Amino acid sequence: MKRYSLMAGAAFCLAVTGMAIWTAAADPVDETLEIDGVPMTTRAPAPEGHPFDEVLSGWLFREAETRATQEDTFENPGMIAVEEGAEIWNTVEGSAGKSCASCHDDAAVSMKDVGAHYPKWDADSGKPLNVELRIDKCRVENMGAEAYKFDQPEQKALTAFIKHQSLGTPVELDLSEGDMQTWWDRGKETYYTRTGQLNMACATCHEGAMGHYIRADHLSQGQVNGFPTYRFNTGGLVSLHNRFRGCIRDTRAEFPAAFSDELMALEVYVTWRGTGLSVETPAVRQ
Amino acid sequence: MRLTVPAIAAAFVMTGWVGAHAAEVAPGDVQIEDMAVEASLTGTPGNPEEGAKTFANRSLGNCLACHAVEALAKEQFHGNVAPPLDGVADRWSQAELRAIVVDAKKVFSDESMMPGFYSLDVGKNVREDLVGKTILTAQQVEDVVAFLTTLKE
Ligand code: HEC
Ligand code: HEC
Repeated sequence: MKRYSLMAGAAFCLAVTGMAIWTAAADPVDETLEIDGVPMTTRAPAPEGHPFDEVLSGWLFREAETRATQEDTFENPGMIAVEEGAEIWNTVEGSAGKSCASCHDDAAVSMKDVGAHYPKWDADSGKPLNVELRIDKCRVENMGAEAYKFDQPEQKALTAFIKHQSLGTPVELDLSEGDMQTWWDRGKETYYTRTGQLNMACATCHEGAMGHYIRADHLSQGQVNGFPTYRFNTGGLVSLHNRFRGCIRDTRAEFPAAFSDELMALEVYVTWRGTGLSVETPAVRQ
Repeated sequence: MRLTVPAIAAAFVMTGWVGAHAAEVAPGDVQIEDMAVEASLTGTPGNPEEGAKTFANRSLGNCLACHAVEALAKEQFHGNVAPPLDGVADRWSQAELRAIVVDAKKVFSDESMMPGFYSLDVGKNVREDLVGKTILTAQQVEDVVAFLTTLKE
């Protein structure tokens, strides 16, 4: 299945020109990840209807040093933001005089495994919510505070903190809630639609060329289980919608707004593509 | 260069060219026949050294993103998404190489990952400032093709 378009092209060349079959690859590492002694599922059997047989965490595609940094929460610079998130959790804000903790107490209990099941259906808005939008809903409706601006440091820190409470828990969505399936369908369509002057889709890189090097980048399956991730390159957390927008921009296309219906549908679909992988937030990337 | 007078004339006719400017074939007018584009896109012979630069440059061809090539071993980071291009001129004629660079999807298959470097057959929502523009100019394509024709084993 993997590299189908390459192989189709190569076979065609072979037929036409008799060129040698080309089989360069750069496979993910055959190693296991434990974070502070807790085993992570970095390879899982793909859900039914998935193009791959096995879903693979992005961790398997990173360099040894990057992988090692993620294995130890004391080494992982993303944990600083998680600690900031813990502080925000307990900080009173807004006209109702409440903090997240006022309603939810200890996040280690109330938020345990919660992040592994987002996006979730929201009957009020008739849309799926991701963790960022769920936080905003609480801020506006329950705290009398303002919604965060996209990628505001507090938004990334609090999201990372909440997702981190699911560390190790396998990702699993409930697509039977509300219209989740319709959003999944729509996300799938986006995933396979080629955009921009370079005329590429998510699938071009993360399905067709998965495991190969595109210049210096080792192409993974583009899984979301480690988000927000810590990037050395920019020295901070990267949110999922920032990553989506970056990948779309790289095709030389205009990119949709964060949390737009289009990117929310994409999040639903791409999250499903990683069903069974442990939440690794905050994963470490170069 | 295997430029024939009729080919140049044809190019002029295709673009409706009458002025004193370079005889460039517009992207929509390039004829890919039998996996080949016989006529030069510009009438000006390609420069292989310039072609090598365009080939490596990340904001131009960035061909190295996907293809490795020994001739540019001094450049860092060659991708392996696509076949290495060593000896590619033994496998394809100049006219075929031109067709591949112009629009690989018309040569290999619509499924090809390789972008069309002189094609307006592009993806959705092209960045506003790039609408109606090709990735490479006609002369850059000729330069890259001239570089590719030096890749013999
Ligand atoms: C995003 C990936 C990508 C980029 C960028 C790219 N190519 Fe390709 N190219 C491919 C693939 C994949 C093939 C193999 C045929 C197929 O499957 O479509 C190919 C095939 C070729 C071939 C035929 C190779 C052979 O051995 O038969 C040539 C020549 C070529 N490309 C030249 C170029 C040049 C020149 C550039 C830059 C101006 C370039 N490519 C940029 C992906 C790419
Ligand atoms: C031109 C190639 C290309 C395209 C097209 C592309 N990506 Fe990516 N993507 C990358 C590269 C390179 C990386 C960084 C290396 C990696 O993790 O694969 C990346 C990383 C990611 C990551 C982070 C994975 C991790 O473990 O940190 C996600 C999620 C992602 N992409 C999703 C998408 C989605 C969704 C689309 C389509 C909207 C898309 N990508 C389109 C090249 C691409």
